[in-house]
Amino acid sequence: MPGDLYFSRRGFLLSSAAMLMWTEAGAEVISGALPPWVAGRSSVPTPVLPGPWRFFTAAEATMVGAIVDRLIPADDLSPGGKDAGCVVFIDAQLAGPFGKAGGQYVKAPFLPGLPQQGYQGEDTPAGRYRKGLRALDELVATRFSGKSFVTLDPKDQDALLKGLEAGTIPLQGVDAKRFFALVLQNTMEGFFADPIYGGNKNMVGWKMIGFPGARYDYRDWIDRHNEAYPLPPLSIMGRSAWNVQ
Amino acid sequence: MRAILSSAALATALATSPALSQNPQDFSQIERGRYLSILGDCAGCHTAPGGKPMAGGLAIGTPFGKIIAPNITPDVDTGIGAMSDDQFVAALQEGRGKGGQRLYPAMPYIYYTKMSREDILAIRAYLNSLQPVVNAVVADQLPFPLDQRAVMIVWNTLNFTPGRFRPVEGKSAEWNRGYFIVEGPGHCGACHTPKGILGGDKTKRLYEGAALSGWFAPALTPDARSGLAAWSVEDIATYLKTGANKWTLASGPMADVITASTKHMRDDDLRAIATYLKDHGKPARDTAKPLAGNGAAMKAGAAIYKDNCSACHRDDGMGAPGLFPRLAGSANVQSRDVTTLARVVLAGTRAVSTDAAPTAPAMPSFSWRLTDGEVANLLTYIRNGWGNAASAVSASGIAGHRKQLASPN
Amino acid sequence: MAQKLPHKNVVIVGLGWTGSILAYELASAGLDVVAIERGPWRDTAADFPPSTSPDELRYATRLDLFLRPAQDTLTFRNKMNETALPIRSFIGFLPGNGVGGAGLHWNGQLWRFLPSDFKLRSHLTQRYGASALAADTTIQDWPVSYDDLEPFYQKFDALCGTSGKAGNLKGKIQVGGNPFEGARAAEYPTPPLKQPYAPTLFGKAASSLGYHPFPQPSCNLSEPYTNSLGVKMGQCTFCGFCERFGCGNYSKSSPQACVLPALMRLPNFTARTESEVLRVNLDSTGKKATGVTFVDTSGQEFEQPADMVLLCAFGLFNVRLMLLSGIGTPYDPTTGKGVVGRNYAYQTTSGVSIMMKKGTRLNPFISSGAGGVVIDDFNGDNFDHAGLGFVGGAALSATQSNGRPISTRPVAPGTPAWGAAWKKATVEGYQRGYGLGTQGSSYSYKDCYLDLDPTYKDRFGRPLMRLTFDFHENELKMSAYVTEKLAGIARAMDAEIVTPHPRTGPYTITQYQSTHNTGGTVMGSDPSDSVVNRYCQSWDVPNLFIPGGASVFPQNHGYNPTGTVGALAYWTADAIKQRYLKNPGALL
Repeated sequence: MPGDLYFSRRGFLLSSAAMLMWTEAGAEVISGALPPWVAGRSSVPTPVLPGPWRFFTAAEATMVGAIVDRLIPADDLSPGGKDAGCVVFIDAQLAGPFGKAGGQYVKAPFLPGLPQQGYQGEDTPAGRYRKGLRALDELVATRFSGKSFVTLDPKDQDALLKGLEAGTIPLQGVDAKRFFALVLQNTMEGFFADPIYGGNKNMVGWKMIGFPGARYDYRDWIDRHNEAYPLPPLSIMGRSAWNVQ
Repeated sequence: MRAILSSAALATALATSPALSQNPQDFSQIERGRYLSILGDCAGCHTAPGGKPMAGGLAIGTPFGKIIAPNITPDVDTGIGAMSDDQFVAALQEGRGKGGQRLYPAMPYIYYTKMSREDILAIRAYLNSLQPVVNAVVADQLPFPLDQRAVMIVWNTLNFTPGRFRPVEGKSAEWNRGYFIVEGPGHCGACHTPKGILGGDKTKRLYEGAALSGWFAPALTPDARSGLAAWSVEDIATYLKTGANKWTLASGPMADVITASTKHMRDDDLRAIATYLKDHGKPARDTAKPLAGNGAAMKAGAAIYKDNCSACHRDDGMGAPGLFPRLAGSANVQSRDVTTLARVVLAGTRAVSTDAAPTAPAMPSFSWRLTDGEVANLLTYIRNGWGNAASAVSASGIAGHRKQLASPN
Repeated sequence: MAQKLPHKNVVIVGLGWTGSILAYELASAGLDVVAIERGPWRDTAADFPPSTSPDELRYATRLDLFLRPAQDTLTFRNKMNETALPIRSFIGFLPGNGVGGAGLHWNGQLWRFLPSDFKLRSHLTQRYGASALAADTTIQDWPVSYDDLEPFYQKFDALCGTSGKAGNLKGKIQVGGNPFEGARAAEYPTPPLKQPYAPTLFGKAASSLGYHPFPQPSCNLSEPYTNSLGVKMGQCTFCGFCERFGCGNYSKSSPQACVLPALMRLPNFTARTESEVLRVNLDSTGKKATGVTFVDTSGQEFEQPADMVLLCAFGLFNVRLMLLSGIGTPYDPTTGKGVVGRNYAYQTTSGVSIMMKKGTRLNPFISSGAGGVVIDDFNGDNFDHAGLGFVGGAALSATQSNGRPISTRPVAPGTPAWGAAWKKATVEGYQRGYGLGTQGSSYSYKDCYLDLDPTYKDRFGRPLMRLTFDFHENELKMSAYVTEKLAGIARAMDAEIVTPHPRTGPYTITQYQSTHNTGGTVMGSDPSDSVVNRYCQSWDVPNLFIPGGASVFPQNHGYNPTGTVGALAYWTADAIKQRYLKNPGALL
C-alpha cells in the first residue's frame, strides 16, 4: 500500500537522523548567555519501525490481536484494532520505558491500599501483561475445554472481556479488573496516538473522528464556528501531500 | 639584542623613536583607536572564543585551508610589541606583516587600506593599551605552494589596489562617512562580495552576496528582490544595532559581527552605513518571474509549508517582527544561493541576543522530518509565494547541503 | 565529602516562575545569584518545537515534561487513621520538573484572588457569623490585602503579556470584563483571545440567565507582545496542545518565553541544572541559613554557601525542604501545635458534560489552554450564602482546552467503553460533546496537612513527604450547588444531553483533578499560625524566604494560583530590595 512505502522510507529518514539527536547532557552550569545552539539538535521521539516482536511471544501477539479486534472491531467506520497497529504499538510500549515502569516509584514495602491510593502492586506493566495474558489463556482453556482466546466465537470473546471489565470473572493471581483496564487504555492509546509509535496506522483513528493530528496553526479557523475543518490529519512523520503526486 | 634592551631602555627607545608619534597618555587617541577597532571588528578574528583580548589563535577557515589569526597584543616576543609604527601602518595599508612578509587576505587589508595613517596609529595606541599576552600562535596550515608568502605578490597584483579613502564629490557627508566605513574598516565586502577562484573580490559583482562557512552572506546591492531595496535606512541601522528588524533576525556569522562590532557603533555611523548601502552600485534588472502555484513542486511545497512553517511564519509569510523572520519579500529567501535557507531549515539556528533585543528565538531543525525533495519543494514554494520570485531548488542540491552540514571543516 | 563552592549572595532552589523572577530582580540589582534546579535545561526550539510538541502520547499521557516519582513523590492517605502509601505514578496531580517548572507546561490561566478572599475569615465571620464556618476549619486572613498586591499583579501581567478584558478599572465597572474582580489600575497588556464556538454559546446562555460572562484571562497571547524585560512573545495559534505541553511558538508565557532570555544575559547569574538540593544548612544557632547542600548527576555532593536562601521549588517541595532541614516547628494535627505542613489545601473541581444537537461542529481541537468564557457570579463570596449551608464558591466556565483523542472522546452517557457501540458513539460524540467546568475554593482544615512519612524514602534515603487530605462537607456542598448552577447554563445552551458530575468524596489520586496544591508554609501575621511573615520571610530563619510559591497560601480560592504566585514573587523581591538588603534581619 502506498501508505506503507511512505512509512518505511520515512522511518529510514528518522533513524538516520537519530545521529543528530540530542542526548541528555547531565548536570550543566550555565552563565552569561543562553546555552549555545547545537545545529541539528532536536528532541525527536524514537519511531517504531516494522520488524519482529520486541516483547510479545508469537502466541501472546496473536492473543492480543484477537483482544484488540474485539475492543475496536473492524466495521465501516474504521479497520479493527489489529489492522490499525494496536498490537505493534503495545508491543513497542512494553519493550520500552513504559513497560518497565521507568521513572515510577518502585520501592518497597508494597502494601494493599484503598482504591483512591492507586496501584500498589510490584509488577511492571510488562509483568502485568505477561501474567495477565497467561492467566486469561488458562481461564479460556479451563472454561472452553482446551480452546484458546483466538479460536473462540466473537460472542464468547466479548462476554469474557465484559466479565473481566466488570470484575465478575476473576483471573488466577491477577487483578482482572485492573488488567482489563490496562489493556483497554493501551489499546485506545494505540488507536489514537501519533502513528510514529506504531499504531493509528495511516492515521485511521484520527480519520474516523476527524481529528487533524499534529497541526499547530488554526488562526484561520478560530472564527469559523460550526464549519467542517477541511484539512486531512497530519502525523509527526508528515503526510502524503508533501510529496509530488 | 633582546637581552640588552631592559624595560627602562625600551621605554626610552619608545619615547624617542621618530617612528612613534603617539603619546601613551593621550586617552582621546586611545578611545578613537578603540572605536576604530570596533568598526574594523579586529576582535572578531584576533580574539579567540574564551581567549584573552586580541591574543590571536583563532583558526579562520578559507577555501584554501586554515589561517591562524596572529597575536596583536603588545607582547614583544609573541605579539606585535616589537613592530615599528611604520610596519604596523604598512600591515593595514599594504598587507605587509611583522617581518615584512606579505599577509594573507584573510586579513582584509584590501579594505583597511582605505584608513589613514592617523587612524591606524590610533588603533595602535589602543592595542598598546591592552594587556600584553604571551601566546605564540601556531603556524598557518595552508598547502604548498600557498604556504609560500611570495605567492601573494601575484595575488596582490591581480586583486589589490592600495589607497586611502577619498570622499566622493556631490555626495553628503553622511554618505561619505558610510562609504568610508563600509569600504574601509567595516570590510563588508570581505563576506558580501563573491570571490573568484583565487579568493579575490569579483570586482564586477561587488556586494552581490557570497557563500562562506556554510552560510550565504546576502547581497547588499539595491537589487529589488535579493538586495536591500525593500529595507529602509531605519531597517538597516536597527538590524546592525540590535540584531533584529521588522524583516529578520541575525544569526550565524553575522550574529558575531553584530555582537562584537556593529551593536557598539554610534547611531550616526549606523545611519551613515545604511545611507551608503541604500545608494551604491547599480540595481540589477528584475527578470525573475514567480513559478506558477499549480505546479507539482509548488503544491507539495505549499502543503509542507502549511504543516511545518505557518505556525510561526504565518500563512501569509509575514512572520512576527523581532521573533519570526518575514518570508514575503525577503531578500534572504530570494537570494541566488540557497545555502543559508537550506542550512536554517535542516540544522536550525538561534538568533543573536543583544541588550536591546534579548529574545534570541530559535528556528528548530527539520533534517529529521523532511527529505531532500521535501526541503527542495518547500524552498521552491517560499521563493515563489507571496509575490516572491526566484529559481526553484533541487533535491540533489539539498542533498549536497545536508552532507556539508554533517561534516563541516 | 561535600565540595565547597565559592560563596554567593543568593542561592535559589528551583528555576521555575518564582526562581526566575527572583533571580532576575536580584541579579539585576547587582547581587551574585545562583539557581539550583533538579531537572534539566529546557529550550523551546530544541526540545518542543511545533514539529514535535503536538504529541499527545508523549506529553499528555506519558508525561514527558513532568517530575518522575522515582526522583521525588509523596505518600497519600485521606484520613489520619489510615496508612499512607506512595503515589507510585502521578495521575491526580502532576508536579513539574526542569527549568521553567510547571510554568513551562501550564495552561496559562492567570487570575487574581478577590479582595474578600484576602480577608477570608474576618469577612465571612462578619457577614455570616462564626457559626457559618466549620468547627475544624483553619482558614485565615492573608497578611496582605488585594490593594497591597495590585501593583505586583500588574507587574506579573506586564511580564506575561496577559490577554484579557478588565472588568473593574480603577473602580469603574467595564462592560465585557469580570464585574466582581478587584479594581485594576490598568487594562490587560493584550486584548482577549478570540473564542471557539462552544465558549461563545456558553457566554450567550450565561447572559440570557442574567450572569456576567467574560473571557478568561489568558497567558496564551492574542497578539505578538514585547514584555517588561524587552523579550518578545508570539501569537497563540489555538493548536490545542497546551497544558502538559511546552509551547513551540513562544506564545505561552513561561520562564522560557518571558524571563530566561534576559536573565541569562546577566553575568552575575548562574544556573545549575540536574542538581538536587538535599537540605538547607543552618549555623549552630539554628537561626541563620548558611547555604544549601546539593547533589549532581554524578552523585557528588556540593555545598553552596550564600547570604540568603530562597525556596522557589514547586510549593509542595518547599514544604518538604523545610521539614527535612528542620526549619520551623512541624505541624502536629493531634495537638494543633506547629506550623510547617499545616493548612494544606487543593482545588474543588467538578464538571457538566454536554452533548449539543446532532450536526453541531464544535471543532474541539481548535483551542487554547486559557481561552474560553467564564462567569464569576458564583465564586468566593460574590453571592449571598445565607441559608445555603456552605461558604466559598467557584468559577463556572466553558474552557475546554483540547480535542486530543486519547483523553477527549465524549460519548453519550451509558455508552460502553469499547466495541462497535463505543465506536459509533465516539464518532457521533466527538464534534458535539463538550465539558463545562467549575473550579472552586478549597478551604483549610485541621486534618488536611503535610508531614514526613515514617516508612517510605526517596533515592537519597530521605523520608518522602506524606499528604493527608480529603474533601470536607463544606466543599462537597459548595460543589453540588455550583455544579447545578452550571447545569442550568448548559440547559440554556440548548444542549441535547446535560450530565452533571459534582465533586464527590473520597479524594482520589487516581483521576486527574488539578495540580493546585497549596499551603504548608503559610504566610501570616503571627508565628503561631504561619511559617513566613507578610514578606514571605521565615519567622525562624530571617535570611530564608519562600517568595510566593503556593505553599504560602493560607487556603485556596476559586482560581488558578499562578497569578497570585507571580504577584507574591514580585512583592517579595520588592521587600528584599527595598527593606531586607538595606538592613538584613527579621523585617517584622
